Amino acid sequence: MSLLEVRSVSKQFGGLTAVDDVSFDVFEGAIKAVIGPNGAGKTTLFNILTAFDRPDEGRVSFDGTDIVGQPPQRIVRAGIARTFQNTQLFEEMSTHENVMAGAHAVTRAGFFGAALRLPWTVREEREVAEEARRLLRLVGLEEWADTPAADLPHGLRRLLEIARALATRPRLLLLDEPAAGLNTAETASLADALYRIRDRGTTILIVEHDMGLVMEVSDEIVVLDRGAKIAEGPPRLIQKDPAVIAAYLGEEDLDEL
Amino acid sequence: MGGTELLQFVLAGLKNGSIYALVALGFTLIYAATGVINFAQGEFYMLGGMLSVWAYADLGLPLPLAGLVGVAATAAVGGVFELGAIRQRKDGDPLALIVITVGGSMVLSSMARHLFGPNERPLPLFSGGGSVSVFGAVLEVQTIWILGLTALAVVGLWYLYNRTGLGRAMRACAVNRDAARIVGIDTRLMVTVSFLLAAALGALAGLAVTPLTQTAFDVGPTVGIKGFAAAILGGLGNPIAAVVGGLVLGMLESVSIAFISSTYKDAIALIVLLAVLFMRPQGILGRSSREKV
Repeated sequence: MSLLEVRSVSKQFGGLTAVDDVSFDVFEGAIKAVIGPNGAGKTTLFNILTAFDRPDEGRVSFDGTDIVGQPPQRIVRAGIARTFQNTQLFEEMSTHENVMAGAHAVTRAGFFGAALRLPWTVREEREVAEEARRLLRLVGLEEWADTPAADLPHGLRRLLEIARALATRPRLLLLDEPAAGLNTAETASLADALYRIRDRGTTILIVEHDMGLVMEVSDEIVVLDRGAKIAEGPPRLIQKDPAVIAAYLGEEDLDEL
Repeated sequence: MGGTELLQFVLAGLKNGSIYALVALGFTLIYAATGVINFAQGEFYMLGGMLSVWAYADLGLPLPLAGLVGVAATAAVGGVFELGAIRQRKDGDPLALIVITVGGSMVLSSMARHLFGPNERPLPLFSGGGSVSVFGAVLEVQTIWILGLTALAVVGLWYLYNRTGLGRAMRACAVNRDAARIVGIDTRLMVTVSFLLAAALGALAGLAVTPLTQTAFDVGPTVGIKGFAAAILGGLGNPIAAVVGGLVLGMLESVSIAFISSTYKDAIALIVLLAVLFMRPQGILGRSSREKV
């Protein structure tokens, strides 16, 4: 079943078309990727999918409901979580607290109940703390639980952001260039974490510049070039697609100039 | 100067300092949530005393209940002020918001004047006019109340910030608003909560002091300036620093009375404010912004 439906989405900045009539589906339980050379419109599309930006035309619906123009906390409650290309953490809070902050938006007692320490909120606070620990284990950060986020090594910061996003109990996790700046070993452990997350039942959509990770983990890939969708399909077909090869080769040509 | 005399000044400094600390905490909470200095903070102090007097003298409530009503009503005023004035400025432009708080301060003190009159109004001491002797120095029982209530408020706030989801969400908003929004924290709600809390803290200070000094519609700005100086002195945005700043400022005032003259007592806060802004704008406990990068 289609969890996220993107239909004829377009976005212009001045005279430039950043996203041009893009449509695709993300099916429940899949890992899907959106790739494309620099300037293909990936980040703009990503911001539209997470309701940080509005499309000029088109529709994005999550589980049958239109999400365009909704405030971020509504999107989160609907079951969509995201990470940023430039990791956004609560720097002065511990790794464990970062994840717990994500969990509170969706707990039953909410903020005021948690402040009042009603009997069930005490239990819930304990559950939140335990869930946060489980998520840290899931991404392999359990040893860093008490470290302030500011002191985490660069490669682990992105895993923490993913754990925090999972604390909101999303059905769909959107990752913006999760492998950017990671070395090979870190990318491999990221891939492992993505499999574990998918196996827990969370659907994943990755927007990524780098082909390596995407070819390994994705079930399906959408390729953008200059804002438009030029191909869609499983990794093996994408690798052989002449339009995709041309788009990426074109970029390399540009790089050489 | 003898040791006893010095101790007397220290106790006076602690008393005033804890009042400044409560007001400074209000500044710091709102600054952390919005990036704005709330110049109506002194009026919350005024309203805390004034509304408690109103509940006690005009409504005839027993003193503990009247105090509770005074603090709760002031907190409600803080929340309404945020919803009605601050939140209406949709772009959150700090300069515009600061001007709104200046206007709000004038509105609140004018309203207090119309509703409760231009005269000073008293409140009885919480538990009689006794005093205890501390190594020869006199400690009034009301001062013990002031210190105790401040300590209670600080511990309560610490607990809220470090042990509850609401506090964690407030800290998260202060540290990184974008990240707070993407994990589903309602950042607007956190701003309203900050105003509620800041108003309650200011009101608690006003309530605790009124039995000693009486209150009037125009006591807000003076205390507001001192709380602001204390918050700047400690380092804006950090609750512990606000408390330290308040106590240090109270001590400095007290010492200035002891060694210079009481004439300059009120000038001390302004001198400290200017000195800190010139020499160490991040405050004594603040991290320099350069270190952060």
